[in-house]
Amino acid sequence: PLAQLEYVQQTDLASTLAVGLGLPISRNSVGNLILPVVGGKTMREQLRFLHLNGFQLSRLLQENTPAYEKDPGYEHFKIAEKSHGNWIKLYLEGNNSEILLNLGKKVLKQYLEALKTLSSSLSKQVAQYDMYSMMVGTVIIMEVLLLLLLSVPKALSKQAEFEVPLSPPLFSLLFYLMCLMLCAVHVIVCTSAESLCYFCSMSWLTAVGVMMLISALMCGILSAIAKIFENSRLPPKNPIVSNSSWSEIDVLILAGTIGHVLSLGASSFIEEEHQTWYFLINTLCLVLCQELCRNNFLLKECDPQHSTDVKQNFGSIGETSECKNIDIPAASNSKLGKATSSSEFIKGSDKWISLATPWIILICCRLLRSLNQTGVQWAHRPDFGHWLTNSEHKSELSFLAAVSLLMIFFLVQRRCSLVSKIAMALGLLGVYSYRAAIGNVIFPWQHGGKDISKGITEARFVYVFVLGIVFTGTKDLLKSQVISPDSSTKSTGLWEVYSGLVLLAALLFRPHNLPVLVFCLLIQTMMTKYIWIPLKFDAAQITIMHYWFGQAFFYFQGNSNGIATVDVSAGFVGLDSYVEIPAIFLTTFATYAGPFLWAIHLLCYLSSEVSR
Amino acid sequence: SVVPAFFLDGFSVLGTHLTWLCVCSVCVATLNIILHLVLKPNQSPKRRSFAHKISRFLKCCIYFFMSCILFHAIIVLYGAPLIESVAETFLFAVLLSTFTSLQCLCLLGPNIQAWIRVFSKNGAMSIWESSLQITSMCSILGAWFGAFPIPLDWDRPWQV
Repeated sequence: PLAQLEYVQQTDLASTLAVGLGLPISRNSVGNLILPVVGGKTMREQLRFLHLNGFQLSRLLQENTPAYEKDPGYEHFKIAEKSHGNWIKLYLEGNNSEILLNLGKKVLKQYLEALKTLSSSLSKQVAQYDMYSMMVGTVIIMEVLLLLLLSVPKALSKQAEFEVPLSPPLFSLLFYLMCLMLCAVHVIVCTSAESLCYFCSMSWLTAVGVMMLISALMCGILSAIAKIFENSRLPPKNPIVSNSSWSEIDVLILAGTIGHVLSLGASSFIEEEHQTWYFLINTLCLVLCQELCRNNFLLKECDPQHSTDVKQNFGSIGETSECKNIDIPAASNSKLGKATSSSEFIKGSDKWISLATPWIILICCRLLRSLNQTGVQWAHRPDFGHWLTNSEHKSELSFLAAVSLLMIFFLVQRRCSLVSKIAMALGLLGVYSYRAAIGNVIFPWQHGGKDISKGITEARFVYVFVLGIVFTGTKDLLKSQVISPDSSTKSTGLWEVYSGLVLLAALLFRPHNLPVLVFCLLIQTMMTKYIWIPLKFDAAQITIMHYWFGQAFFYFQGNSNGIATVDVSAGFVGLDSYVEIPAIFLTTFATYAGPFLWAIHLLCYLSSEVSR
Repeated sequence: SVVPAFFLDGFSVLGTHLTWLCVCSVCVATLNIILHLVLKPNQSPKRRSFAHKISRFLKCCIYFFMSCILFHAIIVLYGAPLIESVAETFLFAVLLSTFTSLQCLCLLGPNIQAWIRVFSKNGAMSIWESSLQITSMCSILGAWFGAFPIPLDWDRPWQV
């Protein structure tokens, strides 16, 4: 007859497997042996297995509870152990009768009950949370979040100010009262807690510091709310409604940011996050193209800056598809000539280059996309990077690397001083010789096998130049801050720091990834010259665009949201063996080179714009 | 979309998707052209010569083809493979063009200035032009939104 099915816990699997394989049961396991699995064994062996399990559980209880002897499961286990001892004595005397069998079954039952009680008391204990510390942590996080949310509307507006109001004297009383109250609560909780509490175990000074932080944040939040109510009660000073209108770029940026944050809720979207970013920057380029078209071709309407209603949002997005059609018959249309002559933007051939810029950026991104395949869904398909790193195509790789390094030099050297230019050129030469020394690329005059070394000398040679350029840039920066407030020295200094970091990235990137660096610099140059400056975007929009491109370039390098794609070889460039601190720094820099370089470029751009 | 199931054997929307795309575009195109010929929303006052009509028709065909190419280029830039699956990409471009440029061509003719005027702010002067704006924009937005499920693993064999 079939026995009634009984449920077993998932934790019981570990103990049963251990016993079945003859291994000791894991120390932290809280499961019971599933007895029917070993039902075919002799009574003595079954009792032995149950005793092993009980012993392991009681040891775990001993480690976790100081008062383990009072636990009912432990007491039952000790009783069952004694009965087990009696059974063994009877067994060794050679008594093979019914009494032995019945006693054995009774001991089995006792053991099973003891094990069940032990397991449940252990599970109850492991699931005990340190509620007080968790609440304190949650309160701090929620306060910081509220403060950020309240300051966001002002920070993202045209004034771009972010201040935390702490001054009003009315709130000082509240501050002291809150400190006092929190300290009282802390004392009450800590003196009455039975279980371990992380926050109580901190020193009194740290605890008081944390209380003051909580009270200060709460006062900050209340004064921010008060200020918002004040502002909304006052009538608006200048009714410039049209200035606060939303263009398509704003809609896209907001929708894209919210959409990306929401997509982080699904694990499929996190695995393929690169698709989200590629999609967003493609759409961004198309919307930029639409803005350029509208600003260059539709000025005869005399109101390109006014607000557009939702229907017209749709209407102007349609121009992206019709834009290219306009270019071709434009020469035959005299009306367009009139429109362009009244434009205040760049004229002539610059206009056509600026119109073509979003398309060039789209083509660059599409090429980079097929260079490095990331993500899990199509990881098995070979990409262009694989073709290049194949050892049969070393000459193509060498040619590509040489051309990329040359282009990096041309793109970066425009705003550097003469010394930095020479240092940059020598540094890039050093990068190529490093890669030739370790065997990734070949010089055109060597056709046979050359000895492969670690390339330490060449790499250190490049490091010297990197440090030199960064030092020159920092010197210029400090000079402009301290000695003479000269904006051009400041922007030159920042740009030199940036070019030093570009040189470091060129050294650490693998040769097939150098086109990524080239396209990064190319896109930055083109967008600065033809899109951001002419269309006069504000700081918030520029920051978000830099952030989006930085994220996309993180994935263009070949990284993904898993650890398997981290390029560990970058931590060994120029080092003989593993040295921890430089390796950590170099690997981090090589992995996050995309976002980091875009962030530094944002700094350069904003500081040069402020000085304009 | 149910009509082809009667005429062709072994037809299913997912299986023979290329055929379905072709059939869909052709149906929508013929419907559009027939409707415009029947209803004639833009009556031109003067009679045009036959040669003029032929040249207009040829210009329409060229513009339609150019818009297909443009949509194909945009789809490839959004990540479609360049060399493989060319037929599917091109048919998708043709489908998008039938929903957008064919309508414009039927209503406004091969006149770029008219297109700029209709699609700019407050440019729609009649209900036909408003409907043109709405249908074109909604088609393009619909295609844009359709890219969202791509990262999901809906085509994997282990999905239930």
